[in-house]
Amino acid sequence: MSRLRQGGLIDRSRPLSFSFDGRSLAGFAGDTLASALIANDVALVGRSFKYHRPRGIFSAGSEEPNALVELGAGARREPNTRATTVELYDGLIAASQNRWPSLAFDLFAINALLSPLLGAGFYYKTFMWPAKAWEKIYEPAIRRAAGLGRASLEPDPDAYEKAHAFCDVLVIGAGPAGLMAARASARAGARVILADEDFLLGGRLNAERCEVDGEAGSAFAANAVAELASLPNVRVFSRTTVFGVYDSGIYGALERVGDHLAEPLAYAPRQRLWRIVAKRAVLAAGATERPIVFGGNDRPGVMAAQAVQTYLNRFAAMPARQIALFANNDSAWRVGLDIARAGGEVAAIIDIRRAVAPTLTEEARRLGVRILLGGQVVSTSGKRLRSIKVATEKGVERLSVDGLAISGGFSPNLHLAGHHGGRPAWKDDIAAFVPGRAPPGLLVAGAAAGRFGLAACLADGVEKGAMAARDLGFHRKPDAPPRAEDEAAAVEPFWRVGASRGAAFVDFQNDVTAKDVQIAHAEGFRAVEHLKRYTTLGMATDQGKTSNVTGLAIMAALAGRSIAETGATTFRPPYTPVAIAAFAGHHRGKDFRPTRPTPTHAWAERQGAVFVETGLWLRAQYFPRAGERDWLESVTREVKATRASVGLIDASTFGKIDLQGRDVGAFLDRVYINTFSTLPIGKVRYGIMLREDGFVMDDGTTARLGETHYLMTTTTANAAKIYQHLEFCLQKLWPELDVKLTSVTEQWAQIALAGPNARRVLRAVIDAGVDLSNDALPYMGAREATVMGGVKARLFRVSFSGELGYEIAVPARHGEALANALMEAGRGYDIAPYGVEALSVMRIEKGHVSGPELNGQTTARDLGFGRLASAKKHYIGRVMADRPALRDPARPSLAGFKPVDRVSRLRAGAHFTALGKPAAIEHDEGHMTSVAFSPSLGHWIGLGLLARGSERIGERMRACDPVRGGDVEVEICSPVFVDPDGERLRV
Amino acid sequence: MRIPCPYCGWRDAQEFAYLGDATVERPDPAAADAPARFHDYVYLRENPAGPHSELWRHSAGCRQWLAVRRDTTTHEIIAAEFVRGRGARR
Ligand SMILES: [Zn+2]
Repeated sequence: MSRLRQGGLIDRSRPLSFSFDGRSLAGFAGDTLASALIANDVALVGRSFKYHRPRGIFSAGSEEPNALVELGAGARREPNTRATTVELYDGLIAASQNRWPSLAFDLFAINALLSPLLGAGFYYKTFMWPAKAWEKIYEPAIRRAAGLGRASLEPDPDAYEKAHAFCDVLVIGAGPAGLMAARASARAGARVILADEDFLLGGRLNAERCEVDGEAGSAFAANAVAELASLPNVRVFSRTTVFGVYDSGIYGALERVGDHLAEPLAYAPRQRLWRIVAKRAVLAAGATERPIVFGGNDRPGVMAAQAVQTYLNRFAAMPARQIALFANNDSAWRVGLDIARAGGEVAAIIDIRRAVAPTLTEEARRLGVRILLGGQVVSTSGKRLRSIKVATEKGVERLSVDGLAISGGFSPNLHLAGHHGGRPAWKDDIAAFVPGRAPPGLLVAGAAAGRFGLAACLADGVEKGAMAARDLGFHRKPDAPPRAEDEAAAVEPFWRVGASRGAAFVDFQNDVTAKDVQIAHAEGFRAVEHLKRYTTLGMATDQGKTSNVTGLAIMAALAGRSIAETGATTFRPPYTPVAIAAFAGHHRGKDFRPTRPTPTHAWAERQGAVFVETGLWLRAQYFPRAGERDWLESVTREVKATRASVGLIDASTFGKIDLQGRDVGAFLDRVYINTFSTLPIGKVRYGIMLREDGFVMDDGTTARLGETHYLMTTTTANAAKIYQHLEFCLQKLWPELDVKLTSVTEQWAQIALAGPNARRVLRAVIDAGVDLSNDALPYMGAREATVMGGVKARLFRVSFSGELGYEIAVPARHGEALANALMEAGRGYDIAPYGVEALSVMRIEKGHVSGPELNGQTTARDLGFGRLASAKKHYIGRVMADRPALRDPARPSLAGFKPVDRVSRLRAGAHFTALGKPAAIEHDEGHMTSVAFSPSLGHWIGLGLLARGSERIGERMRACDPVRGGDVEVEICSPVFVDPDGERLRV
Repeated sequence: MRIPCPYCGWRDAQEFAYLGDATVERPDPAAADAPARFHDYVYLRENPAGPHSELWRHSAGCRQWLAVRRDTTTHEIIAAEFVRGRGARR
């Protein structure tokens, strides 16, 4: 047990039990999984991605490259979770990953022997080998051997949520700079959101032994957080990672609402994805310590110096018994001093520098710590670290240690500042990149800006917070920054021990070594973006937080360029991985999109309807009855019942646009190819609209309800598009026209009643005094009326089925009552509800075009509507429709098709070729667009687009469907199969 | 991205539908060279790197078509105004 007897910010009154690889272990509230593993003396936690090398815990934060574990069990099992960010809870189950059969004994560790084959560019080189070898040998082997954790294959049982937040100033990170920025902004009166990825706010104030304003850093942080939380204009989000900066001050953030619980609380999501709109933001994300590259630097027990400090001070967990430090900077010295003061054994502080500030060396000597200046660690040994070899000018010495704290300096966490493409700038004095041009409205403060001293961080936070608020008009003289010391922070750039032995890792998570960087250099992949892709440096889930700068510094040295000349790779969101489930929110399964039930949905359900999604709408597809074997049998019955007597269907999904104003007629003349200004009041007309490029956009009927009042219908699919188009025409093209548009699709329920008995049924629901005679309300007539005892209604005598038909519109809330009333009235006529399948069969029997024919590639002429187009007016699409190619008589045009052998089935999508010609593209003459089994004719029929189709009636063709193996001889016929003269419509 | 609708204020771009270049004007269909001019109107678009005028409709808001001036390299929104009353009248 290496938990210290006292200290730390853990709650020793709340012990927690958890398991790792089946072992029961204990920790405390306030632990992370990583700190609890360290407290339990677990050093080996996983195997590496490619070489299966044993790995331990490297960091104490979200930059962790090594300690990835599978968390949870069953459906909640989550792979690749960083043990360093997992908040410990009672009953937590974790397992190591990428090892077989066990973590301690891993057969695939043999991959390490294959490292000459698996080095940089391995994927590219392997793909070059014969394809067969790749498929049969390499890929299966790699799939088994490489990789990270296993995803649960069960559906995610948890809920995710999306939310929006708005503020004046968003502060990202709650370390010394962030706390001060939030406080300065908030005290000035700005609405502030403070977000930090940790569950305990304070950043380094909780990890280091420091004093601020005379109190311990952690106490200062707690007090500052308490003040902020008490202010009405501040929202504090802990466990929340701001992962991306988007346009116009939009920030993406992930709040882990329930990840610190075994399962989320009832009615609470597991995670919440925030879209934060902030007028200003202060990035105070701190800095990340870099490793030094030397042989065996990945061995369990080698840890970032700052991480050792964090485990020691915040979690009261000593990572090892004898610890050496290896560094190029002053910061690591304080870690050594902290260890010694806590009673730990410091084997030596090894610094590559020959001269170090006397304040540090004197204090080290006072504490009895051995100092090796000008020293370098050249190798390590042990599955878990047992010893290191150190080279100094006096020679090579072996030190027995089970812990090695390393520090190659600090890289500011400037990622978010680069999300708009600003390139970071290299600063020699701190050996680090600092943010370049930041996104508009974003200020960078503290260590993220390269200001590493504690006093500097506090002061910078106050300044940037006040500046952000002042920018927005919140003027208040900022308070003096709290008192603190700027600790020694000298650094000498140093990346790699040249004379080391063994694999020296740059990127731990993707197993990229210094040698891989050398290979990339030797093979010419020297630009940073090439280096990254060729070696996969920085491309793992940690995105190279600990490795990028070191990798490109090594490349710079190889290429003989400065780091500034070499440049950095591009940072993109997300800063840390975000589950796709969080982006999806509640949009999963049935809720992926909204569902639009029709006004008669409940009625259709009671009638036993099978529903189909058409766009967002849920429409009745057909109404199966007892004894019917399949959908075709039901549909056939529905068609026969309608043609023989009467049927009804909900037609509410058609788009309905109400147009009013003095100029509606003139407006419609400009958007339809045919004329509507001459339409008499009380009449309906079928119309075709073109796109400006001359192709058909939509069709539908428009009624004139009054002198200045029209009602347009559009197809279901195009309702929103046409509405938008008409608004465009009115606002952009012809603002002088007096027309007002309103979509009334959802306001009216509309039921189509069709069949020879339709009038008799309608008469039973219509109120007295409405004359339904053929003279009073002829085909294509429209009028207002009341139904069911005073319910306002509109009657349109239109028909898609080809039968005597009415569409009856009532306010949507009366739709279900109308359906019931019509069913009741039609009982004596064996009235049949029918669905969209029967509707489609009847429209194909009548040769009416629909979606498959209005496919964006057909002209009005192609579809047989050439005569509809008025030559006396200008309308949208007219000029372009007149292009020669669009008038070419050889274009495919609408025709009907019957199988010569009447028992054959037709298939939509079949292509037409001449008889005796092979089914090849050069013989293609068009294709079948719609097919149906016609109950009226007793065989399959089809509509299609065929070259000169309308002129070739009586000819025979092949209809080939190689995908489904169909090859049917068809006869070309008129597209109108039933009642070609339309007599049934007019009775 | 957020767009300042002159009627509704700053709104998320998700509330808007995009149409494209706001600088093209529909030609006179009665002009002698209407086919050539309509060809350009329908098919030819500038693709500037920098400030550009674009048509956006506030579909989930006031339903007005806007001409939005946007820098295509930074997504900075420079201005937004109703198209009604500023386009060609034909
Ligand atoms: Zn608006």
